[in-house]
Amino acid sequence: MKIGVKDVEYVARLARLTLSDEEKNEFALQLNDILTYMDKLNELDTRDVEATSHVIPVKNVLRPDEARQSLSPETSLGNAPEREKGFYKVPRIIE
Amino acid sequence: MEWTRLTVHDAHKKLVEKSFSSLELTQSLYQWIKKVDCKVGAYLTLTEEKAYEQAQRADERIAKGEGVDELTGIPIALKDILCTKSAETTCASKILEHFRPPYDATVVRSLRDRGAVFLGKVNMDEFAMGSSTENSGFGITRNPWDFSRIPGGSSGGSAAAVAADECIASLGSDTGGSVRQPAACCGVVGMKPTYGRVSRFGLVAFASSLDQIGPITKDVTDCALLMNAINGHDPNDSTSVDVEVPNYKRSLVNDVRGMRLGIPKEYFVEGMDRDVERAVWEAIKLLEKGGASIKEVSLPHTEYAVATYYIICTAEASSNLARYDGVKYGHRAGGYDGLIDMYAKTRAEGFGPEVKRRVMLGTYVLSAGYYDAYYRKAQQVRTLIKGDFDRAFEEYDALITPTSPTPAFLIGEKVKDPLQMYLSDIFTIPVNLAGIPAISIPCGFSCEGLPIGLQIIGKHFDEEKILRVAYTYEQRTDWHLKRPQLG
Repeated sequence: MKIGVKDVEYVARLARLTLSDEEKNEFALQLNDILTYMDKLNELDTRDVEATSHVIPVKNVLRPDEARQSLSPETSLGNAPEREKGFYKVPRIIE
Repeated sequence: MEWTRLTVHDAHKKLVEKSFSSLELTQSLYQWIKKVDCKVGAYLTLTEEKAYEQAQRADERIAKGEGVDELTGIPIALKDILCTKSAETTCASKILEHFRPPYDATVVRSLRDRGAVFLGKVNMDEFAMGSSTENSGFGITRNPWDFSRIPGGSSGGSAAAVAADECIASLGSDTGGSVRQPAACCGVVGMKPTYGRVSRFGLVAFASSLDQIGPITKDVTDCALLMNAINGHDPNDSTSVDVEVPNYKRSLVNDVRGMRLGIPKEYFVEGMDRDVERAVWEAIKLLEKGGASIKEVSLPHTEYAVATYYIICTAEASSNLARYDGVKYGHRAGGYDGLIDMYAKTRAEGFGPEVKRRVMLGTYVLSAGYYDAYYRKAQQVRTLIKGDFDRAFEEYDALITPTSPTPAFLIGEKVKDPLQMYLSDIFTIPVNLAGIPAISIPCGFSCEGLPIGLQIIGKHFDEEKILRVAYTYEQRTDWHLKRPQLG
């Protein structure tokens, strides 16, 4: 097995996902199948091959730093699940 | 002929001839939607009142003869991954239920400026992750040709709506085949443009180095018209490329004489569906008879594309979907214990099983100790896959393949086996990894009466040649005129 329930729990913590026991077992089996299939790539020798992160040349795009119209605070906060006095409201961060 | 069956170019002609108004056309579409969509399930949201206002404004433009474009007054369905100021944009995910974007996607803006009418938002696999539209958080969509089958995915709502005449045309998005495969399953035309050809601004991100918006239409002419409307550089998307924008109508030439077409042998594998194989070879023979030269070509790294794709797309997705944390928009869970628990519970409640699976897989391949073995390796193989195509296009104008190894499969057939589901994109995925354009057009039916798609692949920024091959084939066949029996 490439990945067990303990690994699934570790990855779920990194991914900020609460999983049920049933999900953990199912994901362990399924991810194992998928990762085993991915081992196919090891048939290829890629020692001198460059990695492609983008198929087109990507460069920094700059623009003059000019003041522009932006979304109003009202619009920006319009979809927030909780808000207060013009801020997003979240649970206490510092105990 | 029923108005709902019209193409964009036919409807445009009737609108400017004043055979009917955009308002009447829009009304007849809603009547038809209300009759058949309970069976098809293409739409998530209908924006009827706004559509009538848009149609009336379009009629005014047509009456005055000012600023009339081929899309003015044309009723269109938008995949629910495209941000619309006027309607909720959910990506078929519970985590974005009731989300109303404060801006329009650039492609939506372009269509709006041209006076298009938006009928509503159509279904998809949640966050575009899937090949069957079964992963939607809000119910499945059925294939209009056979209600027991999937419409393909992830743009299944778009393809089903076009095939069922529930819109005149639609926009979808294609990360690994999500425009072409549903187009093939539903017997309509779907194009994935070159990466960078169409702005992704306002397209909810799944895998940013692969995502591209594309049209789903009733014929190749409509595809060209929609491409004209949506392509071009956009300062709001730094990966949209500033290159000359062709008029794709000029590519609608019924002539392939002298064109060099390559047939990649790796796309005709043992065990592939016999009806698909037969239909695609008949199409190739038709093009050869039309004067194109046909030769077998090899793309040797094809068999590695699916593994490469599912490493890269899940890695990018795990990063892109980190934004759904219950703070700025979307769902927030209750009954949590602190901030981290709020994140984890919100995501657990908001995401469906396939999205969780991909976020897990992407997080795993990017995690310490596995990055080089999976993610970097996949990026290297991506270079090899792209190289296969680069070499082929030194000799060929376009490549011809099936779009999908089988016609539409049964609802529920692959739900429990994610790997089998992933393999249904085997012929479309390499195109996204290479960033090149491809189109799927109808090329026949299986013995069970299910549509089959022909894929035509071109080199970077050469949409014009694949449109030309597609148009030539379409002009000499009548598959695109067939419609499912509905209502």
